[in-house]
Amino acid sequence: MSIKFDLLDILIGNENDKDYKNKPIIIQGITGSFGSTHTKLMKGYGTNIVAGVTPGKGGHSFEDIPVFNTVAESVKDNSVEISGIFVPAPFFLNAAKEAIDNGIKLLVAIPEHVPIIDSIKVLEYAKKRGAKMIGPNTPGVIVPEIMKVGIMPAKPFTKGSTVVFSRSGTLMYEVSYTLSNAGYGQRFCLGIGGDPINGTNLIEAFELIKERDDVESIVVVGEIGGDAEENLAEYIISTNFSKPVVAYVAGRAAPKEKKMGHAGAIVYGNYGSAESKVSNYSKANVPVAKSPSEVPELLKSKLKK
Amino acid sequence: MKLLEYQGKELFKDYGIKVPNSYLAKNIEEAKKGAEKIGFPFVLKSQLTVGGRGKAGAILKCKNEKELEEKFEELINKEVKGEKPKSILLEEMADIKREFYLSFFLNRTKRCYSIIASSQGGIEIESVDNKIIIDLPDVNEISSELAADVADKMNLTTNEKNTFIDLIQKLSKLIYEKEAELAEINPLAMLDGGKFVALDAKVIIDDNALFRHDDLKKYEELSELESQANNNGFSFVELDGDMAIIGNGAGLVMSTLDMVSDAGGKAGAFLDFGGRATTESIYQALKVISKVNKIRAILVNLFGGIVRTDLVAQAILNAYNDGTIKVPVFARITGAESEKARELLNNSKARLFNTVEEAINAAVQY
Repeated sequence: MSIKFDLLDILIGNENDKDYKNKPIIIQGITGSFGSTHTKLMKGYGTNIVAGVTPGKGGHSFEDIPVFNTVAESVKDNSVEISGIFVPAPFFLNAAKEAIDNGIKLLVAIPEHVPIIDSIKVLEYAKKRGAKMIGPNTPGVIVPEIMKVGIMPAKPFTKGSTVVFSRSGTLMYEVSYTLSNAGYGQRFCLGIGGDPINGTNLIEAFELIKERDDVESIVVVGEIGGDAEENLAEYIISTNFSKPVVAYVAGRAAPKEKKMGHAGAIVYGNYGSAESKVSNYSKANVPVAKSPSEVPELLKSKLKK
Repeated sequence: MKLLEYQGKELFKDYGIKVPNSYLAKNIEEAKKGAEKIGFPFVLKSQLTVGGRGKAGAILKCKNEKELEEKFEELINKEVKGEKPKSILLEEMADIKREFYLSFFLNRTKRCYSIIASSQGGIEIESVDNKIIIDLPDVNEISSELAADVADKMNLTTNEKNTFIDLIQKLSKLIYEKEAELAEINPLAMLDGGKFVALDAKVIIDDNALFRHDDLKKYEELSELESQANNNGFSFVELDGDMAIIGNGAGLVMSTLDMVSDAGGKAGAFLDFGGRATTESIYQALKVISKVNKIRAILVNLFGGIVRTDLVAQAILNAYNDGTIKVPVFARITGAESEKARELLNNSKARLFNTVEEAINAAVQY
């Protein structure tokens, strides 16, 4: 049994909703240095952060946002479905479970260095309770000019009808920036995450937009490691995916068996190699840019067809 | 963290998985001591993390003391895929009746753990058709029923099967308790009498879980540079070339590496200092790089927006002023305060560029 998951509906809602484009969100780890910096930036961007959670800091407030000791207290006055999780990695498992236990339907899991077993446990827990996770080790998700949950800067993103799915944070900014400059605004941009285990993987991300009329094209920013791009290429072929897709793959020049910054960016033999990804993409007729700045040209020619 | 064979075998022993008698030697004197304990003939196995040791000639049979001297010397000095061993494992030869393959691994696609078993061992599992793969339902020790399903396919007698089931359960316990991404036994040998022995061990531990496994930290072998980078929260990888590449984000630095390579340059260091760039963190990044002797140019690729570029410029200036770095810096910096950044670096050996392509071209041509 799988429940239809509509990310944009959760993030901004429908025109008929009272809180359309103003959905309430909590931030777990709101008083930490990372959490507080980005809470301020998210709020400034238009995200409706109604409460924060930091155990031991209940009763305080930050940027006029009340801080609570527990998720349960933080959601009691609002029907909150989204939590931005900014806690340090060792606390992630418990923070995520607590969120799910209290009705959160979408976890945006920012922390890097979450143990793999914890990610799997959260996924199992979320699945049984109908919740979804983005990340961990993700910059988060942004609906340009409306709201963002995450750590991305505002500048690279403009509203429009393409979407960017990215396994890398900074490259999501970089590619979105080149797209924005070329006139390709984004409906939303989603960080898949740099870990081996992703709460929302590339195929699930594609499922989110395949039937959306407001999404015209997709840019996938990938990197070496794992077989997410290979599986995506197979998905594009087997579902006759009709929207134009352009890809970028980072790490062609990286050595094998070395972890290149991201926990998931490692090649074993041919498994996870850039060549494997590029050749699978070409079977699916997905052009692969040589550099981030080449993405808009490829998209342009793909859209012409 | 990929464990060396002997380290993996130490873990196996802790979990009751049988391994051959062996002796770890760092030099020929230790090897001779080991030879006395094990007795000729035995196998010399270079302790390397890279794969394909057998093909590379890093596993040799040894019949007598004369051979030991020659072959030990050969192996301890032999570099395989850029890696030189610190020790050689002397291991008794097993009287093998049959060879199997058994592993548990993190299945990234399925987002769970999976088990692979085959009654054909000793060769790369990718090239074996006759194997079974089962995804495990949760992160707990495998049930005896599921283990029995696997053992059923191995063509074993009842006694052998029970031993095999027990072995599967022990290995599954290891993978969850030690938070391994992979625990592979290839080959898994069945000796006369139905005893199973792990002839090799390939174990990869989840680096992100190391904070709760103090017992495994002893296996972490970081170079001085790597530990300095680690302490600062940076990701650092040393490479073959002469250009250091620094940036804020793993993907961005990888992407820069690709473009440098396309432009004919060769990267000598990869350094991602993460999302939080401050004057101090960039200065520390330059300090790490300054210790890599072969570096003759530093390429900095920063995606602005969060980072204030004048802070970056200040860090570069500080590193020049106190002599930390002497080589030129080619920096692509866009974003807030970039005019101020330019002014700061006006009289230094650093050059600022608006696009990464321009910065790379200048650095490669330098």
